[in-house]
Amino acid sequence: MTERDPTPGNREFSLEIETDVLVVGGGPAGCWAALNAISAGARVVLVDKGHCGSSGATASAGTQIWYVPPDPRERETAMASREAMGGYLSERRWMVPVLDKTWESVNRLAAWGYPFPSNEQGIEQRISVQGPEYMRLMGRKVKNAGVRILDHSPALELVRDDTGAIAGATGIRRQEGGNWIVRAAAVIMAAGGCAFMSKALGCDVLTGDGYLMAAEAGAELSGMEFSSAYAISPSFASITKTALYRFARFYREDGTLIEGAGSARGRSIIARTLLSEPVYARLDLAETDALKAIMRRAQPNFFIPFDRRGIDPFTERFPVTLRLDGTVRGTGGLRLTGLDCATTVPGLYAAGDNATREPICGGFTGGGSHNAAWAIATGAFAGTAAAKFALKKKPSPVLRRLGRAGYAEAARELDTNAALQAVQQAVFPLDVNYFRTEAALSREVHRLDDLWERLETSGGVSHLDLLRLREVAAMTATARWMYRAALARTETRGMHRRDDFSKQDPAQRHRLIVSGLGHIAVRPEPVEEPIFREAAE
Amino acid sequence: MIEVIDTETCTDCNLCVKVCPTNVFDAIADGPPVIARQGDCQTCFMCEVYCPVDSLYVDPDPANSYGLTVENVKQANLFGSYRRSIGWAKETRHLRRVDDHFRLPQ
Ligand SMILES: Cc1cc2nc3c(=O)[nH]c(=O)nc-3n(C[C@H](O)[C@H](O)[C@H](O)COP(=O)(O)OP(=O)(O)OC[C@H]3O[C@@H](n4cnc5c(N)ncnc54)[C@H](O)[C@@H]3O)c2cc1C
Repeated sequence: MTERDPTPGNREFSLEIETDVLVVGGGPAGCWAALNAISAGARVVLVDKGHCGSSGATASAGTQIWYVPPDPRERETAMASREAMGGYLSERRWMVPVLDKTWESVNRLAAWGYPFPSNEQGIEQRISVQGPEYMRLMGRKVKNAGVRILDHSPALELVRDDTGAIAGATGIRRQEGGNWIVRAAAVIMAAGGCAFMSKALGCDVLTGDGYLMAAEAGAELSGMEFSSAYAISPSFASITKTALYRFARFYREDGTLIEGAGSARGRSIIARTLLSEPVYARLDLAETDALKAIMRRAQPNFFIPFDRRGIDPFTERFPVTLRLDGTVRGTGGLRLTGLDCATTVPGLYAAGDNATREPICGGFTGGGSHNAAWAIATGAFAGTAAAKFALKKKPSPVLRRLGRAGYAEAARELDTNAALQAVQQAVFPLDVNYFRTEAALSREVHRLDDLWERLETSGGVSHLDLLRLREVAAMTATARWMYRAALARTETRGMHRRDDFSKQDPAQRHRLIVSGLGHIAVRPEPVEEPIFREAAE
Repeated sequence: MIEVIDTETCTDCNLCVKVCPTNVFDAIADGPPVIARQGDCQTCFMCEVYCPVDSLYVDPDPANSYGLTVENVKQANLFGSYRRSIGWAKETRHLRRVDDHFRLPQ
């Protein structure tokens, strides 16, 4: 694989497919995209690194959903609720259609038989989905609709035609062996966010591959500074479900209470404390047996680690840590140019965590319903738009493969495990990424730039080497975009916290667009005027 | 991470090989799958909930392996415990419709 022709010849691929729309990623965004594209009349292929139905953040975690009835007062409250927290970078012209499409799509989910619970009056409650159940149903729907699914077939690079438009992708088959090329008139990137293999629940497959592939094609990203989401987790477990910690208090080793520590606003106090000593939690604000039972029935996966270790989390203290969620519960991602979810590259669309969520939540999410709604709605928008684009497009031959890092000829060998550790050492530490300063960010960005240079001249010998190399390259690129944007935003806004600029600066109420791989450019982009004036904070 | 496959109860259906997002298992001709890349396990518990005969056990710790045995897991009655709690076992079907998020005090 080290020697390669940039123009994909015919004999080089063990599997060749031609289609109208290629969807990269089979989480909720990819599934909703595939379903909408096929019902718009397109032929659709969906590839997943893992398995469509069990892979990605939603499948193992489950999500609450921003599901709000089309009642003007309820919608108004829903839209206004996060505007300040997000630093006034969201836009109502996006929130309205996202709420509409989410409402419509979740109702379809109910009609397909998703087992939503009912309240005492027998009315179904559709504000939350259990991950395994939801994604099993979505995977089945996609398959039964006639979408061709290739599981365990990660996409590794995009290909372009002679007009400069995206014309498909190539990747590998990690179980069958061999590699594939899918020629398609439109590609939807729905490969999720980037959590840097932190073992946050279900997130190790989310290594920013979609960002890298798109950036190699010239796409821009936005909101990459809003990538410092860390989730509370028992230190001995991968369960990064955080909602139930609102019933917790947090303690030091000696049992004294850590004042002000909490799962939402008080998370920074937990982070500060963790810099110097261990932190323990106990769900002691859940006092009644009735409430404890409700918590168990709401989030069965939350209790796995405790049940397996014989710990009663309501009465016993357990050690907690903060695991980096990166852009999965951050908001950065590919920049969209409009409600059709197109990127700046013709033929390339993006949905879900692969796209920036700033349009609906600005600089702060932490998950909490918005991301799930975003995956559903942008999946649907991108699916419909990509199908329309593909069906109109005149066929033109594939000209060029766009993968660079990891594909070098006369490649140098690179220890991918060491490279992975180097990236993680740059992004995990709370005193670099959570509490940000010019000094620490620039120190790490220089290290990451050096690593990037080595990745650019590296090559994978086997298909599996290539996959790991591309994942590490994607994480390195993501970290560099994050920190370049974080350096440029000399204020504190949304989840981006600069210890050396601790105030929100009204002059910086704009998005930051980053682009490029070797040299990274950062530029501001204005956002729609908010309905409420920005408070002088 | 994944600790145990009970090869006595496993039916060689290879569903775990298929659903594992990080490709931890290898299918074997004429036998149960093997844990080929334990270090790649992301501790998402998907293999456990999909296993129709509760032959798999994932320890909650994603960073360390404990060398557990089938006996350890049996004694603690942990095989299939997560699958039962989400209503995916025959005897717990009614739990599929139980999601009390809407009952949590806001
Ligand atoms: C613990 C946890 C709890 C959460 N809770 C909530 C919540 O309550 N509310 C909320 O709104 N949000 C929540 N979120 C966020 C939410 O899960 C995500 O926003 C959502 O899953 C995004 O959907 P997606 O389809 O974009 O990505 P994912 O669901 O992550 O799916 C991405 C898919 O792409 C595949 N993939 C990756 N790389 C490639 C490649 N190179 N080629 C092919 N396929 C690839 C992956 O295998 C995966 O199947 C939570 C996240 C976590 C981790």
